[in-house]
Amino acid sequence: MNAPPNGVEVDAVSFAYGANVILDDVSLAVPRGEFFAFLGPSGSGKTTLLRLIAGFGRPERGAIRVGGRDVTGAPPWDRNVGMVFQNYALWPHMTVAENVAFGLHRRRVPRAEVARRVEQALDLVGLEGYGGRRPAQLSGGQQQRVALARTVVIEPEVLLLDEPLSNLDAQLRVEMRGELRALQRKTGLTTIFVTHDQEEANAISDRMAVLDGGRIQQIGRPVDLYDRPANRFVAGFLGTANLVEGEVARQQEGLVFRSAEGIVLPAPDDVAPGRALVALRPQALSISENGRAPSIAGEVRRTEFLGGHVRYAIEAHGLTFYVDEPHLRGREALAPGTRVQLAADPEQLTFLRP
Amino acid sequence: MRRAALWLAALALAGVVLPPWYLVQDRLADIDWSGGWLTEPDHAPAVSQALLFGRWWLWPVLATAAAAAASLLLPARRSLARALAACGTLGLLALIIQGYAIGLGGWRFAVLEAVFGPLGDRQFGIGTGATLAALAFLWMATTGLAGLGFFRGDPFTAGAVGTVALAVILFTFLPIASLLSDAFRTSEGTYTLGALFGRLGDDRTWGLACLAGAPRCGVAWNTLMLALMTAGGTTALGLAFALLVTRGGIRFPRALRTLTILPIITPSFVIGLGLILIFGRSGIVNQLLYGAFGIEGGRWIYGLQGVWLAQMFAFTPTVFLVLIGVVEGVSPTMEEAAQTLRANRWHTFATVSLPLMRPGIANAFLVAFVESIADFGNPIVLGGNFGVLSTEIFFAVVGAQADAGRAATLALVLLVFALGAFWAQARITGSRSYVSIAGKGDGGVHPPLPAWVRRLCLGVALPWAGLTILLYAMALTGGFVETWGRDYTPTLRHLVRAFDLEWSARGLIWSGVAWNSVWTTVKLAAVAAPLTAALGIIAAWLFTRQSFVGRRALEFATMLSFAVPGTVIGVAYIYAFNVPPLELTGTGIIIVLCFMFRNLSVGLRSGMAAMSQIDRSLDEASFTLGGGGLDALRRVILPLLRPAIIAALAYSFVRAVTTVSAVIFLVSAEYELATVFIINRVINGDYGVAITTSTALIVTMGAVLALIQVVVGSRRIRRRAPALAAGARA
Repeated sequence: MNAPPNGVEVDAVSFAYGANVILDDVSLAVPRGEFFAFLGPSGSGKTTLLRLIAGFGRPERGAIRVGGRDVTGAPPWDRNVGMVFQNYALWPHMTVAENVAFGLHRRRVPRAEVARRVEQALDLVGLEGYGGRRPAQLSGGQQQRVALARTVVIEPEVLLLDEPLSNLDAQLRVEMRGELRALQRKTGLTTIFVTHDQEEANAISDRMAVLDGGRIQQIGRPVDLYDRPANRFVAGFLGTANLVEGEVARQQEGLVFRSAEGIVLPAPDDVAPGRALVALRPQALSISENGRAPSIAGEVRRTEFLGGHVRYAIEAHGLTFYVDEPHLRGREALAPGTRVQLAADPEQLTFLRP
Repeated sequence: MRRAALWLAALALAGVVLPPWYLVQDRLADIDWSGGWLTEPDHAPAVSQALLFGRWWLWPVLATAAAAAASLLLPARRSLARALAACGTLGLLALIIQGYAIGLGGWRFAVLEAVFGPLGDRQFGIGTGATLAALAFLWMATTGLAGLGFFRGDPFTAGAVGTVALAVILFTFLPIASLLSDAFRTSEGTYTLGALFGRLGDDRTWGLACLAGAPRCGVAWNTLMLALMTAGGTTALGLAFALLVTRGGIRFPRALRTLTILPIITPSFVIGLGLILIFGRSGIVNQLLYGAFGIEGGRWIYGLQGVWLAQMFAFTPTVFLVLIGVVEGVSPTMEEAAQTLRANRWHTFATVSLPLMRPGIANAFLVAFVESIADFGNPIVLGGNFGVLSTEIFFAVVGAQADAGRAATLALVLLVFALGAFWAQARITGSRSYVSIAGKGDGGVHPPLPAWVRRLCLGVALPWAGLTILLYAMALTGGFVETWGRDYTPTLRHLVRAFDLEWSARGLIWSGVAWNSVWTTVKLAAVAAPLTAALGIIAAWLFTRQSFVGRRALEFATMLSFAVPGTVIGVAYIYAFNVPPLELTGTGIIIVLCFMFRNLSVGLRSGMAAMSQIDRSLDEASFTLGGGGLDALRRVILPLLRPAIIAALAYSFVRAVTTVSAVIFLVSAEYELATVFIINRVINGDYGVAITTSTALIVTMGAVLALIQVVVGSRRIRRRAPALAAGARA
């Protein structure tokens, strides 16, 4: 048996509007059945990439394969993709059932089977009995479900979701997120999800690609991207990171990182000497009032109580470090002005190419 | 409020003691302004009318004006408000009652005659004094109501509501009501239902003999048939144009779009004129046919087919404009969704795009229908023996028969048709509009048309656009040849005859025959334009930004008034304003009023469109910072609305200059308008002057709009930057 083809392959794709380069040499592969997220700030090209996979627009260079078939240049109706739009794009002149049945009619499915599968799809999204309604009679969350049902009913090779949760309010968004994930598990559809919300991408996807400026910055599991960001952008975009620029040099006790401001940190053995950028997560630093070497002397500037933890802004060597300390009942935060020592766990430091 | 009360009381008092109370028939210069006017019966203010000339029915008016001034002494705010509301209402009532109880021949009602004895006096038209007093009383009443907590306590809103309501009632509903009552009146002057039904049943109106082979049907059927044909044809053509421009991928969509300007700057009959020059008896086609084959072309252009053809040319651009909005209003993601579900271009177009456009298309059809039944210029120029309601009404008024009852009845039929269309439109746009207005997350680009639909649209629209341009070219240049049909030597003779200027010992003499009417038109339109724009913008502000009891009713009534065909308004105005107290027939005022209320829709719609773009929180910010309704309007909204205001000014001016249907009834020897002048020249067969005058009008109006375009700039809101759209197509 051959290895199963990938659900979606994007091969060295570039795309531009005139002189405005939107995507620059983008490659990625989404294995069958995977829940994949495109994460990036607005203008990063993530929606354009999704639309290229759907068939809206043609890449200037590169190829797109869906289900092992090269679909570059094929129109959307020839690709067997399903797309859920940000505004759902339900047709107001059709009932819910007619909306869902649309793709099946186009595929020449026999009438009796259409009825059965529409019923099934509405069941799947928890809208049994809503077939006769008009989209305008449904709430936002229900419209979202209809849009999903309309797409999964055709059993597409890949399910494309264009910021599907952005029009819902916060509570519903979290709820729908779980349902989306459950639906994807149940149907086993290869799914690509576009979002600018890192929490959403972390919570929902098997793997994700972080995009910025039309380039892929990093691809991997959410936890790997968080723990081992490939560059400054990924480190800063996924969560908070304290970034320090400096140089790694060999000394008697081993490799040591030293910044221009005079911050000294231990470096693990696998780091190459030379210029380096260190990313420290706020929870990778710990505060003590009498430090042991190597530690960074600083002063508390501000504190923010965030429930589970307290975030300190600590000024040291002219830089501001954000440090998270767990909060337990009865513990008071340090007052601004307190002089402290910051200690870094060498295991938690990430060394990046500057 | 006390300051406003002071001003209003002063205005009311000034109105009754200073200016002439009644309409002054003489020239203003003939009045003895040195003081003599105060004691002259024709020019005296209300006080002297009551004191010196025994017009005791003015006493209640004078008393309320004095009472209003006295109420300023009331210390409490609330009692002042109550007094103002009472004085305002009583003053208005006193004015209205005395105005309508006394007619041209003394008391109008026998009861009054019995109570007060014979009057020995008559009513006169209201003049400056009465107008000032009426306005003062109106605003007193509204300011008082605002002081009592109505209209959210805002006197400006209250005053604006009162003004708009009174204006719409006086100058739209009152004339129509009096027209309706005319339809019930027999020739002896009594009112019976039978009179209406007798006229309604008239064969000339509803006869169906043409179905059995007779030469013609009743005018009502003619009108309906013509309107349906025009609406069907223009909708099909307009849709082809709109599809082509928005998603046909053609090279110069903007060039096609400029077609939509044409109906605004041209009087509608110019098309009829152009058709005569091409297909008329001495038109080009007939001459070519005669020259080549010896065939006599005849006069086939006169009649249903000619009027229909003219209306097709005249109204396709209007429908085109409406349909551009409809076609662009379909959300592209709706179509993209269909495409990802295996629908190719044709399926997407047929199952999603077209059904989504259907309500908009139906609306465009109704727009064309209303344009057709209201059209006067083309049927009068090309109708021949084929009469429609608007022309029949005209002949019933000015013709040898001068049958007011018949005119009123025909106008009633026309009104019912128009209101039927209005009702259908309201239903369509109210309930099933799928066009997304400012929908969220509406990215994407419209898919191109299916290939054969595109070819069909191209095949239909381009030749039609070519014909339209040819027609306009004929209509514009036809005045620069010696005699059309006989002698095509280029000449400026007609232009000179129309617009000649002579220097004489006494200075410049505007000796061209067209000057008089053109100057009158420009003057009256220039007076009407700012008033129209102001009223429209204020009404728009009331309808979009304010909430008060009766807002929906007032908005509906205003919109309803736009549905009344011009011919109906024209007839209604002459009958309603022919007699005191509002005696306006033959004056320039009636024409200005007609311009205002015919074109109010321009200011209102552009104001409403612009205001819906301005977030309400901007006004609210002004309210929280202590500004009232007037402050929010003046300091926040008006500055943001400047482009809309300029556009409203320009369009109401241009439309006033090019309108025909209503004003043709209102012109007089002193106030002749350019369009009416042209129509009269056409009817007399004097095409040279008619054409050169139209050309001058069209060119000037085009220049006015172009100037405005430059000043205001194009503010079209696009779905995406054009570069992006082009890139996505590639």
